[in-house]
Amino acid sequence: MATVTYDHASRVYPGTERPAVDALNLHIEDGEFLVLVGPSGCGKSTSLRMLAGLEDVNSGRILIGDRDVTDVQPKDRDIAMVFQNYALYPHMSVADNMGFALKIAGTPKADIRKRVEEAAKILDLTEYLDRKPKALSGGQRQRVAMGRAIVRQPQVFLMDEPLSNLDAKLRVQTRTQIASLQRRLGVTTVYVTHDQTEALTMGDRIAVLKDGLLQQVGTPREMYDRPANVFVAGFIGSPAMNIGSFQVADGAAQLGQTRIPLERSVVGAIRPEDKGHITIGFRPESLDVVSQAQEGAIPVKVVLVEELGSDAFVYGELVGAGAAAREIHSGAGDAQVIVRVDPRQVPMKGDTIWVAIRPGERHVFSAANGQRIDV
Amino acid sequence: MPQSLQITAAAPDPALLDLPWHIPLEEWPDDVLAALPRGISRHVVRFVRLSGRVIAVKEIGETVAYREYELLRALNRLGVPSVEPVGVITGRRAPDGERLEAVLVTKHLQFSLPYRALFSQTLQPDTITRLIDALAVLMVRLHLTGFYWGDVSLSNTLFRRDAETFAAYLVDAETGDLHERLSDGQRAYDLEVARVNIIGELMDLEAGELLESDTDTVAIGGALVERYTELWDTLTGAEQFETGERWRVAARIEQLNRLGFDVGELDITTDVDGTTVRIQPKVVDAGHHSRRLMRLTGLDVQENQARRLLNDLDAYRAATDRQGEDEEFVAHDWLTTVFEPAVRAVPRDMRGKLEPAQMFHELLDHRWYISSEQNRDVPMGEAVASYVENVLRSRPDEKAVLGIETGTLPRITGP
Repeated sequence: MATVTYDHASRVYPGTERPAVDALNLHIEDGEFLVLVGPSGCGKSTSLRMLAGLEDVNSGRILIGDRDVTDVQPKDRDIAMVFQNYALYPHMSVADNMGFALKIAGTPKADIRKRVEEAAKILDLTEYLDRKPKALSGGQRQRVAMGRAIVRQPQVFLMDEPLSNLDAKLRVQTRTQIASLQRRLGVTTVYVTHDQTEALTMGDRIAVLKDGLLQQVGTPREMYDRPANVFVAGFIGSPAMNIGSFQVADGAAQLGQTRIPLERSVVGAIRPEDKGHITIGFRPESLDVVSQAQEGAIPVKVVLVEELGSDAFVYGELVGAGAAAREIHSGAGDAQVIVRVDPRQVPMKGDTIWVAIRPGERHVFSAANGQRIDV
Repeated sequence: MPQSLQITAAAPDPALLDLPWHIPLEEWPDDVLAALPRGISRHVVRFVRLSGRVIAVKEIGETVAYREYELLRALNRLGVPSVEPVGVITGRRAPDGERLEAVLVTKHLQFSLPYRALFSQTLQPDTITRLIDALAVLMVRLHLTGFYWGDVSLSNTLFRRDAETFAAYLVDAETGDLHERLSDGQRAYDLEVARVNIIGELMDLEAGELLESDTDTVAIGGALVERYTELWDTLTGAEQFETGERWRVAARIEQLNRLGFDVGELDITTDVDGTTVRIQPKVVDAGHHSRRLMRLTGLDVQENQARRLLNDLDAYRAATDRQGEDEEFVAHDWLTTVFEPAVRAVPRDMRGKLEPAQMFHELLDHRWYISSEQNRDVPMGEAVASYVENVLRSRPDEKAVLGIETGTLPRITGP
């Protein structure tokens, strides 16, 4: 078991100017499940491969425990890439399928058996150990593949989009299995995905990257409640947060005819480069449907209602907001807002509803640089 | 809901539309299948007959399918031995409206042999060594072009006979990545994965009693690492010598040619006072002999087959006393008076057994064998007749050896 530390680690591909990973500083605790997440090209896979030893580190260091592994060969780093390959051997028993890498490494037979049995117990495969893989279900075969990595008892597990080629149903199942298995084993794990739902459901902590730069690292709750900038705010959460940039006048943001009063500290944080604007974000689930009379009520014209049984979402446009309406964007696209409504009281298409942002669930960011402004 | 298929292909074959895409691959009817694959694959794979050819169809996630398709196309453009992609088909739906997985379609590589089929034939003692050599060459070639495989194994490779050796082809690029150039870490990891996978696959053959039980599987895996490292160092290593030893530049190029590689770019640097020279090949391309044969005769064959054919061409040139003539003219005459008549003399129904160039290679071996036995120069016509009767007739058809059960593959029996 070990911690993992990225210390100002950078990777610059030959022939490019901008680093694929730019001075990454990240400390992963012993036994922690850390998810690297971000859009394609953000540097998450490169970061993982730097830890695996597959990418050169051009500056900075990478440590596993106290050991500097920056220049250590991949096979000598005591890490395991899980899931890269789970072809099983048809003539070998499940036990041999799990233990063959130890046999190659010259581990004594009794030790191999012991480690295989321990892994099988964790994976619920004990009764299948002497069978051939043909007799196993798809899910069990996958667990055998996991068993291969477990018996090696590495310091760190690395997983690069391991679920990407599974169908949707198996993906959700396997996601839960990996997460619970990792907790039982307590092995430090670094996991790469582009899917924020996967990140939120699996990670102890999540690190969001964009353009090679670490945007924020924190628990799923912290990322959701206090996104450090506009990018993280829009990336984490589904459906995505409604975000817009608005003019500030008389201590309030102007959304067309609606005034959203701002705290004094927020108004005080506005700088000349913000040009009198502020960026406000509110999640679909942070809106309440209220009466027109309520102060700060925002009129939304219903364009589409999405009913999911347990939830319902209204996709709509701000009414009478003029140019400001076009400035807002959400998971549904530009000039659209998403509102979660009571699935038992769903408005009709074409209706106008009034919504208010729940106190304390409004996020504000600098219009110029997108950084969070604390209230 | 009716399905609306989307086919992405460079040169789509309309017959693709006739296949039962509305049925999960696992349930495809026997009459469209050429064979079932062997072993336990991560995905459902089927071999299917299409317009007189065989294609491989693999069910796989849509994004992964497109990615692998593009990668295989890139590898084909780069001239790396790999299977040829046909296309990606998405938008499949069962009649009840359920979505079906996207598929990647590739051409079956004619005359290729899966490693399991090779082990089921009467094994020459050094077959494993030759397979490992072929795989080492393939890995070096892939790494030279910047391709990281990620899952090197015997089962992700197909082998074609190449004179007395084998040529290896990449089959599965799902885990691969194409880079500008590979880091030492990437090469080392790819090699380690290859080593462990190969040993695992051999252990599996051992468990299935398809391999002599005293085979040292771990040593064979180690041999791959050794062969790869040797070849990589020879191809890319720098050497340094005195300015007076400039002949060593030509010697290095010749050495690489002998190994079957052309030098596309050579870095030559001298030190400040001009007493030593350092050379390092920067771009090397495999296929030195096959390119030369292609230029001379238009024949597109494997590297060692080309070597053999070029040797016969040289012998022909000497025997007909035409050393002073233009090589192209002599090559043309050799092609029309030696190679083609010999290959044409093989009865049509036996031409599916081996590729023409491989047949010609064996024919040369056979002629040498009967000539020394009868202590005379057996003419080609006679040698062909003897070869067909005594060797080829009893050989299995290798044009489309698919994933059949190893037990059912015909074995070579004596005449």
